[in-house]
Amino acid sequence: MAELPLKDPAPADDAADTEPRPGRIRKPIGWSMIVIAVLVAVCVVLVWRRDGAHGVTEILFSDLELFGGILPRVLAGCLLGAFIAEILPHEKVSRALGPNSGLKGLLIGTAFGAILPGGPFTVYPVAAALLTVGADFGAAIAMVVSWTLIGYGRAIVWELPIMGTDFTLWRIVISLPLPILAGALGRFVYLRIYPKGAPP
Amino acid sequence: MSALIVDIILWGSVAALGLMAWQRGRPVLVSSVREGTLDFINIVPRIALGVIGAGYIAAVIPSEMITGWLGPDSGWLGVLMATVAGAATPGGPVIGFSLGAVAMKAGAGPPQVIAYVTAWALFAFQRLILWEIPFMPARFVWFRAAVSLPFPFVAAAIAMAIGKP
Repeated sequence: MAELPLKDPAPADDAADTEPRPGRIRKPIGWSMIVIAVLVAVCVVLVWRRDGAHGVTEILFSDLELFGGILPRVLAGCLLGAFIAEILPHEKVSRALGPNSGLKGLLIGTAFGAILPGGPFTVYPVAAALLTVGADFGAAIAMVVSWTLIGYGRAIVWELPIMGTDFTLWRIVISLPLPILAGALGRFVYLRIYPKGAPP
Repeated sequence: MSALIVDIILWGSVAALGLMAWQRGRPVLVSSVREGTLDFINIVPRIALGVIGAGYIAAVIPSEMITGWLGPDSGWLGVLMATVAGAATPGGPVIGFSLGAVAMKAGAGPPQVIAYVTAWALFAFQRLILWEIPFMPARFVWFRAAVSLPFPFVAAAIAMAIGKP
C-alpha cells in the first residue's frame, strides 16, 4: 500500500494541458492515513486475540468483497469530479462559491449537497473538485454537511423505514439551517486562522 | 434494487458530463478522463485501507456499548453521550439508524436520538476514514469536523425547544 503513488503522478501533464488547472490535491499517504493504519493494526491484533486467525480472515474476506463492490462507483465518482473540474468555468465557480460569495454561496452549496444524487462516492469527489476550481472551505462545508444531514437518498432508503416518517421529517426540518450555519462558521474561523489565504 | 437505481443515476451523470466535455473538444474529454483515472488509481489504496480497516475497528466496538451510551432520557449529559456514540457507531446507515430506533424504544428521549443521528451523520468514523479522508484534503476534513462539533447540540436544542418529534 505504501509503495503506491508516493509522487504526484502527473506533474508534466499539468504543464502540457491547454488550460492549466490549479494544483489538484494528489497527496501521497499523509499523516491521516498513517494514524488510520496504526489504529487498524491495533484493532487487527485485538480481533486476532479475541477470535484467532479465523476471525481476522473472515473480516478480511467480507471487506474485500465490499471493496470490490464499491470500486466501480469510486471510479464513477472520480470521473464525475474530473469532468466537473474541467467543464465548470472557474471564474463563475469562484464568484458563486468562493470566499466572497456570502450567504448566497452557502445557500448554493447547501442546495447542491441536498440534491446531489448518489452516495459518498459522488459527494466527496465533487466537493474536492469544487475546491480545486475556486469554491472556498465554507461553501464546501455547507455542501458536505447538507449532503449528510438533509440529502434525500439516505433518508428515503434507510431512515424512513427504520426511524419512521415523523422522526425523519422533523429531524430534516431541524437540520435545515445547520449546513448554512456550519458553512458560515467554517468561513468565519478560516479567515481568522488563515487571514492571508491558505498556506501552500 | 435501490443499488441499481443509484448506479444508473451515477453512470448516467458520468455519461452526461462526459458528453458535455466531449462537446468542448476531444482533448478536453481525454484530459479529464485521464485526470479522473489518475485520481482513481491514487485513491484505491486509501479506500482499501478504509474499507478493510473500518471492518476491524467495527469488530472491536460492540453495539451494546453504543445503545448503553444513548441511555434513557438523560438531559444534556445524554446529548453529549449520544454525540460521542454517534461518532463511534461502526457500520453503515442500517446500523446507525437501527441503533437509534432501538434506543428510542428503550426510552431514550427524542432530542438525544436527534443528537445521535446528527452526530452519526456528521462524524461517523467509518465514513470519515473510508470516504472523506481519502477524497478530500486532510486539512479540510479536520476543519469540517471541528466546525461541525456544535451541531448535534444545536439540533438537540431545537428539538427540545419545539417539542418535536
